[in-house]
Amino acid sequence: MWDYAPAPESRDIANLKPTYRMFVDGQFVEGGGEPLKTVNPGTEEVLAEVSTATTADVDKAVKAARRAYERAWGRMPGSERAKYIFRIARLVQERARELAVLESLDNGKPIRESRDVDIPTAAAHFFYHAGWADKLGYAGYGPDPKPLGVAGQVIPWNFPLLMAAWKIAPALACGNTVVLKPAETTPLTALVLAEIIQQADLPPGVVNILPGAGDVGAALVSHDDVDKVAFTGSTEVGKVIQRQLAGTGRRLTLELGGKAANIVFDDAPLDQAVEGIVNGIFFNQGHVCCAGSRLLVQESVAEELLEKLRARVSTLRVGDPLDKNTDVGAINSREQLAKIEELTASGEAEGAERWTSSCALPDKGFYFAPTVFSNVSQAMRIAREEIFGPVLSVLTFRTPDEAVAKANNTPYGLSAGIWTEKGSRILWAAQKMRAGVVWANTFNRFDPTAPFGGYQESGFGREGGRTGLEAYLDV
Amino acid sequence: MAATSTAPPLPPALADAVRDDASLRRFLHGLPGVDQVGVEQRAAGLGTRSIKKAAKLWAIDTAISMVDLTTLEGADTPGKVRSLAAKARRPDPERPDVPRVAAVCVYPDMVAAAVGELGGTGIGVASVATAFPSGRSSLKVKLEDTAFAVDAGATEIDMVIDRGAFLSGRYGQVFDEIVQVKHACGDAHLKVILETGELATYDNVRRASWLALLAGGDFIKTSTGKVSPAATLPVTHVMLQAVRDWHAQTGQRRGVKPAGGIRTTKDAVKYLVAVNEVAGPGWLTPDLFRFGASTLLNDLLMQRRTQLDGHYSGPDYVTVD
Repeated sequence: MWDYAPAPESRDIANLKPTYRMFVDGQFVEGGGEPLKTVNPGTEEVLAEVSTATTADVDKAVKAARRAYERAWGRMPGSERAKYIFRIARLVQERARELAVLESLDNGKPIRESRDVDIPTAAAHFFYHAGWADKLGYAGYGPDPKPLGVAGQVIPWNFPLLMAAWKIAPALACGNTVVLKPAETTPLTALVLAEIIQQADLPPGVVNILPGAGDVGAALVSHDDVDKVAFTGSTEVGKVIQRQLAGTGRRLTLELGGKAANIVFDDAPLDQAVEGIVNGIFFNQGHVCCAGSRLLVQESVAEELLEKLRARVSTLRVGDPLDKNTDVGAINSREQLAKIEELTASGEAEGAERWTSSCALPDKGFYFAPTVFSNVSQAMRIAREEIFGPVLSVLTFRTPDEAVAKANNTPYGLSAGIWTEKGSRILWAAQKMRAGVVWANTFNRFDPTAPFGGYQESGFGREGGRTGLEAYLDV
Repeated sequence: MAATSTAPPLPPALADAVRDDASLRRFLHGLPGVDQVGVEQRAAGLGTRSIKKAAKLWAIDTAISMVDLTTLEGADTPGKVRSLAAKARRPDPERPDVPRVAAVCVYPDMVAAAVGELGGTGIGVASVATAFPSGRSSLKVKLEDTAFAVDAGATEIDMVIDRGAFLSGRYGQVFDEIVQVKHACGDAHLKVILETGELATYDNVRRASWLALLAGGDFIKTSTGKVSPAATLPVTHVMLQAVRDWHAQTGQRRGVKPAGGIRTTKDAVKYLVAVNEVAGPGWLTPDLFRFGASTLLNDLLMQRRTQLDGHYSGPDYVTVD
């Protein structure tokens, strides 16, 4: 047997500080709220203390953003805004290693992913949108589209820095100013991004970052002087926000949950389909709103595919997020782990067949071994509810129509995957799919040029691409 | 089509596949396709594994023991082969604990010289045969080429398939040639060179792999080293999947040999990671995985010294043969 020796990335690279403060009007300041302790989910140790905002702080930040919008950012020529955003992009690249290690410490995701996906894609979003800043007249929204004003943005814990980039980059490119609340369990990289924004010398108040729990987010999205709200998170909270904003005339985009189907037809490239399924559900411990959490496989190849899949999942290395050879890291929080455990238990109780990788798990930290449920039916909770963990539900189908019907049979509609060597079938199935993103013979690929967003309870509005600019322009 | 004589009987599904030309074609074209983007992404992803310390040292020693030390030049002489054989026996003369390489790989007329040096050492003598590297000759000549090498004492034969026949869809012909060469090999192990650089698509690599396995090849080998591209990681992935699936269906383990273009320890480790995670740990043995290489060995030896001594030495501290 060949055991790979531990290959941990040094945690010193993260430049972890004992305390972090919120970022308002170009300054790091103490918040009025009770400081929160952010935990390393890989070890359960406390990483740092982070000050949190109160309603008064939210008001201060929104006022600062308004001032910055009126006096500087909103009237600045696009070509000037672009320079600032390019600078942010380059600084993110320069500090990529620091950000990657910090992200893995705070979030629990494997360093391989934060290093190769999260941080480079975040930088790419800034680069891409910097390019738009002086070309908005050519985006298809009229000759001189105007910004909206102050954007209030609330982001989740699954891709902390990347989601911040998704939110901040288009807002700034279009001439808006920003008040952003990172997730309670993962505030650190957003606050380093604030340092970068300071380093890039953005006018004070253009970007404000307020850590805190749900109450801070609630105060932000319901603030009267916010012109635009963008929220990524659970469908439950999304609905509350939509109710609050109804009738106010304020703009809203929501990117919510999902229960995506990954459809494998019998003529699929099976070995690559297995990779795509693994990438679809075990990437980022399954903490992905567009995760391919329902595998729909044609009955004629189901057995062969499942055998290959289990063999492949057995090779996934679960453990220390900082180890460069870790494939699946830690679950982000104890609460999330409990939710995953509860839903998997329901799967067993409802009669699905559970298979769990026999990989060893660390003694400390929040971990969940990759799990595949077969013999799942649409009626079971594990086929309907978002698990947001490394748990795959496998259903079978007999005909392409049945596959499409089952794939669409969900209140969500964020993403879908189609696996077949037949081009015409890809086009046919993609047209029938009620999902904002459809991947063909691949899964979980992200690019700033490709719009991302959902149908139905997965939300509305698009992020990325030319389409994504619409959410931040007065059109 | 000729029957596979020496190999143990195939399970019914596979025996059916080789019943006649049409069945063979149906079988090969019925194999699942290979998605190019997917396999290349997976190979690149696995290439980021970080192998350090004891794991790296183990990989270096294992890689050394898997090397088919190769010289395939028009300018080869018995003297050159003798010095290569000496290197094979003692790769690092100052460090007797360095494992021996698996085999020395030469042209048929150099086999006798190699056997003279390596007889009784347990190091294999591999010979390319069958009108290597192009394979463009009559079956009669190919079989005589093989017999010549075997008679001279070769323990392993590296044959080339007829790529022209394969690309024009004459699978039965390719199959028959492999079966007959295998027969001519007698006790010698047969490695079947697919020359993947000329097959062009991963689908073809998969089909040729299965064709060679069905015909009784003990190993499937990527390349002659005379065509670019030679071995690549994604091609090796596809071939490792083939031997893994072959094992799942028949219970037999067959080997894989990437050859050409693997020059550094870093590359070799990436290949071993692929062996470990695509085929499985059971394939991490010289019986089932080989590197066809010449310059790789010295890099492995230098890296081995670096690992043990804690500092780099230099190319003057390993022997050039």
